[in-house]
Amino acid sequence: MAEATPRIAVRNLTLAFGTFVVQRDLDFAVAPDEVFVIMGDSGCGKSTLMRAMIGLLRPAKGDVLYDGQSFWGTSDETRMRLNRRFGTLFQSGALWSSMTLAENVGLPLQQFTGLSPKQVAEIVTLKLALVGLRGFEDYYPSEISGGMRKRAGLARAIALDPDILFLDEPSAGLDPLNSRRLDDLILELRDSMNATVVVVSHELASIFAIADNSVFLCAEAKAAIAHGNPRELVETAESAKVREFLKRGATEVAA
Amino acid sequence: MESDPQDGWLLRLSGDWTISAGLPGIEPVERTLDQPVVPARLHIDASGVGRWDSALVRFVMATLEAAAQRDIQVETTGLPEGARRLVEMALAVPERAGARRVASKASFLESVGLAALNTASGGHAAVTFLGECALMFVRFLTGRATFRRVDLWLAIQQCGAEALPIVTIISLLVGLILAFVGAVQLEQFGAEIYVADLVGIAMTREMAAIMTGIALAGRTGAAFAANIGTMQGNEEIDALQTLGISAMDFLVLPRMLALMLMMPLLTIYADAVGILGGWLVGVGMLDISSTAYLQETQAGVGLTNVAIGVAKGTVFGAVVAFAGCLRGLQCGRNAAAVGQAATSAVVTGIVWIIALDAVFAILTNILGI
Repeated sequence: MAEATPRIAVRNLTLAFGTFVVQRDLDFAVAPDEVFVIMGDSGCGKSTLMRAMIGLLRPAKGDVLYDGQSFWGTSDETRMRLNRRFGTLFQSGALWSSMTLAENVGLPLQQFTGLSPKQVAEIVTLKLALVGLRGFEDYYPSEISGGMRKRAGLARAIALDPDILFLDEPSAGLDPLNSRRLDDLILELRDSMNATVVVVSHELASIFAIADNSVFLCAEAKAAIAHGNPRELVETAESAKVREFLKRGATEVAA
Repeated sequence: MESDPQDGWLLRLSGDWTISAGLPGIEPVERTLDQPVVPARLHIDASGVGRWDSALVRFVMATLEAAAQRDIQVETTGLPEGARRLVEMALAVPERAGARRVASKASFLESVGLAALNTASGGHAAVTFLGECALMFVRFLTGRATFRRVDLWLAIQQCGAEALPIVTIISLLVGLILAFVGAVQLEQFGAEIYVADLVGIAMTREMAAIMTGIALAGRTGAAFAANIGTMQGNEEIDALQTLGISAMDFLVLPRMLALMLMMPLLTIYADAVGILGGWLVGVGMLDISSTAYLQETQAGVGLTNVAIGVAKGTVFGAVVAFAGCLRGLQCGRNAAAVGQAATSAVVTGIVWIIALDAVFAILTNILGI
């Protein structure tokens, strides 16, 4: 059987700020309906890679293909259109602070669908209910807790029923229970909406809970040093660094 | 959309249910449910549904709600697997009691009362801040204030040297305008030479200090408010407080000192540039000789006027810093609040500059200077 076109294909991607190279020649693919985790030590360029994948940072070299269609090789307009298929959750939620939660989630619906304000409000209520924030429509981001802000950010990310969800450190800064709930929510959303999920994370518990596939970026090598399902990588990764990372620094008895 | 088998009602859905295709209303369902023959159960059959997204889920949610109001049980097993799970998820977390807000509309009397209370508390905050500023200066003069010298120098550079271009343009133009206005009137009496007195006195006593004050309120006061306001939002001020460093000493003192030191200098500079503007009109348009213009200015202005202007400038500098820092510290913790703080700092600064100028006018009148 011929391999199906991957939903996302990162090809020879080099990320750099000026002459400072962050990651070199990244090459991996994400299959449809997969939860793909980008992991690595602090400062290795996980978030930078995500920014290149969602169109916020032009890579120094290489391209990202969505369903085989070039993302960086096309016009800005096409890229904007592709962008609408994505839902993005930023690290700190990035909710617009002068808008209520309902307005935050409703803005993309208002802008990109022909729905009436009443219909937008109904969809907003649904999305907030999905992330467990029923009844919080009229709250401002500053009036709710950090975990709720994350979930509200997720509600905004799924407002337009995206094919691809990008989540930057979704469970960072949450207590274990809330973090676990968010993981369940991500899996549930993936299963029910048939979305592909790309997660930037370094929370081990979360990585093992949700990942189908992953790539490990190394800050020193400035390259990807492991691919695959993290549950298998714990034992099979060639690099000791990856194994150590996934075992939380526990020393290996025998190599 | 509906039929009526023996054990309840059947809601049959078909076609594509996507947001881009528009949302169908649930009124037909409600109408059917409101019929006199009350069905006990409602089955949903979605086998005919093609593509679907939130539009379908929202429709099912609305149907569930409508059915619940009428005590009708709904069987959702006929939904696509994903949609059924989304519905379950949306219903999983019950609404937290008391979370929803009831929008209350304030009556006229209530809003008047609230406005009065707000004004009172605003005034109270300003007076408190004034008191804290006084204590801060006492600490500074007794050498107990903690702030970084480099912050002071930075503030001096920002509100002094970097303000020179705008102060130059404004005072030169004000000098020119005063001279033009004066020239038209004085020419009728053949007293063109007194343009020098007019421009000189007006600039040194009033305009230099006021115009510089207003320029700095817009330039520096707003920057102070935005800067301190952003720090407030980032919990940077809380961080200072937990270290036992007073935000007043650390943030307000260098800014206020810088403005109070720079404003007199900028005022004197504005005096000179304004007089230069008048001189341009006098020499260029009215054919007054350069020496005569400068001698007349020297004789007319006198040190008292310059001193009054410089005193005003210092006070206005303190007012601008006061308004900027006060609004910055009062700033709320979001992006819009920073904008409001900056606006409010400029408005407060300018209003107080004009008001204090009136106070100065009355005082100098009483003192006869």
